[in-house]
Amino acid sequence: MRSPEIATDPATPPGARSVVRLQGDWTLRALANRLRSFREQLAGRRDDVAWSLNGISRLDSFGAALMWHAWGKRWPESIEIPDDLRAVIGRVAASAESPLPGVPRFNVVDAVIVLGSMLLSFRDHALDFTRLLGQLCLDLAYLLRHPAEWPLREISANVYKAGFKAMPVAALVGFLIGVVMSYLSALQLRAFGADIFIVNILGLGIIRELGPVLVSVLVAGRSGSAMTAQLGVMRVTEEIDALSAMGISRTIRLVLPKVIALTLAMPLLVLWTSSVALLGGMLSAWLQLDLGMAFFIERLPQVVPLANVVIGFAKGAVFGLMIALVACHFGLRVSPNTESLSANTTASVVSSITVVILIDAVFAIATRSIGVPR
Amino acid sequence: MNARPVIELRGIVTRFGASVVHDGLDLSVQRGEVVALVGGSGSGKTTLLRHIIGLTRPAAGEVSVFGAPLFSGSVREQRTRRRRFGVLFQHGALFSAMNVAENIGFPLRELRLATEAEIANLVALKLAMVELAPSTALLMPAELSGGMVKRVALARALALEPELLLLDEPTAGLDPDRSMAFVELVLSLQRQLGLTVVLVTHDVDTLAALATKIAILSDRRIVSCVSLEETMELDHPFVESFFRKPFGLRAGVRSGGAR
Ligand SMILES: Nc1ncnc2c1ncn2[C@@H]1O[C@H](COP(=O)(O)OP(=O)(O)OP(=O)(O)O)[C@@H](O)[C@H]1O
Ligand SMILES: [Mg+2]
Repeated sequence: MRSPEIATDPATPPGARSVVRLQGDWTLRALANRLRSFREQLAGRRDDVAWSLNGISRLDSFGAALMWHAWGKRWPESIEIPDDLRAVIGRVAASAESPLPGVPRFNVVDAVIVLGSMLLSFRDHALDFTRLLGQLCLDLAYLLRHPAEWPLREISANVYKAGFKAMPVAALVGFLIGVVMSYLSALQLRAFGADIFIVNILGLGIIRELGPVLVSVLVAGRSGSAMTAQLGVMRVTEEIDALSAMGISRTIRLVLPKVIALTLAMPLLVLWTSSVALLGGMLSAWLQLDLGMAFFIERLPQVVPLANVVIGFAKGAVFGLMIALVACHFGLRVSPNTESLSANTTASVVSSITVVILIDAVFAIATRSIGVPR
Repeated sequence: MNARPVIELRGIVTRFGASVVHDGLDLSVQRGEVVALVGGSGSGKTTLLRHIIGLTRPAAGEVSVFGAPLFSGSVREQRTRRRRFGVLFQHGALFSAMNVAENIGFPLRELRLATEAEIANLVALKLAMVELAPSTALLMPAELSGGMVKRVALARALALEPELLLLDEPTAGLDPDRSMAFVELVLSLQRQLGLTVVLVTHDVDTLAALATKIAILSDRRIVSCVSLEETMELDHPFVESFFRKPFGLRAGVRSGGAR
């Protein structure tokens, strides 16, 4: 590799043009180090000097583009150049003539269009979601008539993945939350000498409210995102198209098992997490308030009516259903590129957590007179 | 330095679990050569290219590129070495989140050397080189046909003006005209810039028009690396089935149709 050079011969008869000789390899790699100074030396004197390119040993299209742009996209008036180099620069020049279509600039009309398309896309989401729900109902009806086609293996695989495998992390989080809640309440309750009410607080709070919501957030982050990403990648790699081409329903094969599995697994996971959280609370109460465990366990059913467990269970099932539906909805909307995959996965997790909290509020209002001892 | 081969593989051994793909494989490619790597499907051609690029490392043996072991030197030196070759992956490997023009301009932009005007110019040039209309520049990879993906990927591989071009099945999925145009393109680049090219191909026409040498990968090693004429003389089952049978078959079909 010969390094590129620019040599200037002084004008032989004074007043004539001086000769600028370009020498060596004018390639991307050779030019990289001294690009700035070359750009400066080439620019702005296209017609003031005579150019000689006879000394150039190699010229690639980067070098050619460098010269062409430095010359302001015109041939200098005086230039000595071998034919093959002229051809190289000529090709660059030709492609500079026919530029690429530009991306249109963003203007007011576009802003209106963006606003409108946001509204429309909201409508789109609603329609798609309804369609998915409808399709699932049709699938269920179909499966009831053809019981042999139930995707039992997929359902059990999903219960295992989304339910069983989530148990350790749910237990850990639940336990710590239980400990923290118990600790904080104990400090307050002791000030009033109302120690034994810790059972009421923990029991109601965890079983009715905290358990289901906590598990939902965990599962939305853990399994919801995984479901969206899985369906999304299957879109990107055309696996879903391959399924359709084989005449296999993608909703029965991919969506329904996830939805059913999560609807079944979530209540159990809620039960598990609430129990572990209560255990944590119980331990903490024992250490902090010296409240015996046996007493705690004995008092719990007295102050927390069974209805709360049922509510917790029901919430779990509904939340699981919604998380799976939202995850699958977004997964099927992924268009075949990575950007859309990441956007939809994010949207899936955010939406499912939002939906869960909204439904939780509905639950709170609907069940406000059930299971709360007065 | 020029005397040393551009690519030198010594005693390459590759294993995937229990299966051995390469076993003591040697290959050297001199500057300016166009070497076609042929071999049965699953014989380990793509894997060998991945070794040369440095995406995978062989279990044993040494890969040298441009006269130095691939993983020698500082991070900067290794990176510079990598920029000296352009790669066309078997399935294109375009960045799906960028449009065609951004894909081609991406390596140039990452180098931070060229100005935006120069990049736009060079992208237009590379698009013209691979015979794509300027209007394709704004399309996303998902909107391209299989053959167009190949050509955009080639344009991207050419963006950094490589000295060594590694092509994995460049003409698969192109119509005969396009694959001939592709061959011309590579030949002209090769003449112009003294490119060294290693290509994997199953297409006898491409190979005959382009390759100065043919490396046959069979039985886990390179059994021969000589010119087409000499290859045709070889007495090897692979040569028999790859080079002679297709011609024979075609001739047979033709004469059958004539009757
Ligand atoms: N990541 C991997 N893990 C396990 N085995 C692999 C892996 N990559 C390749 N193989 C195996 O190595 C062998 C060689 O694969 P390779 O892709 O190199 O074949 P190829 O010669 O390029 O074939 P083709 O002409 O079909 O593209 C195959 O048997 C393949 O199964
Ligand atoms: Mg391959």
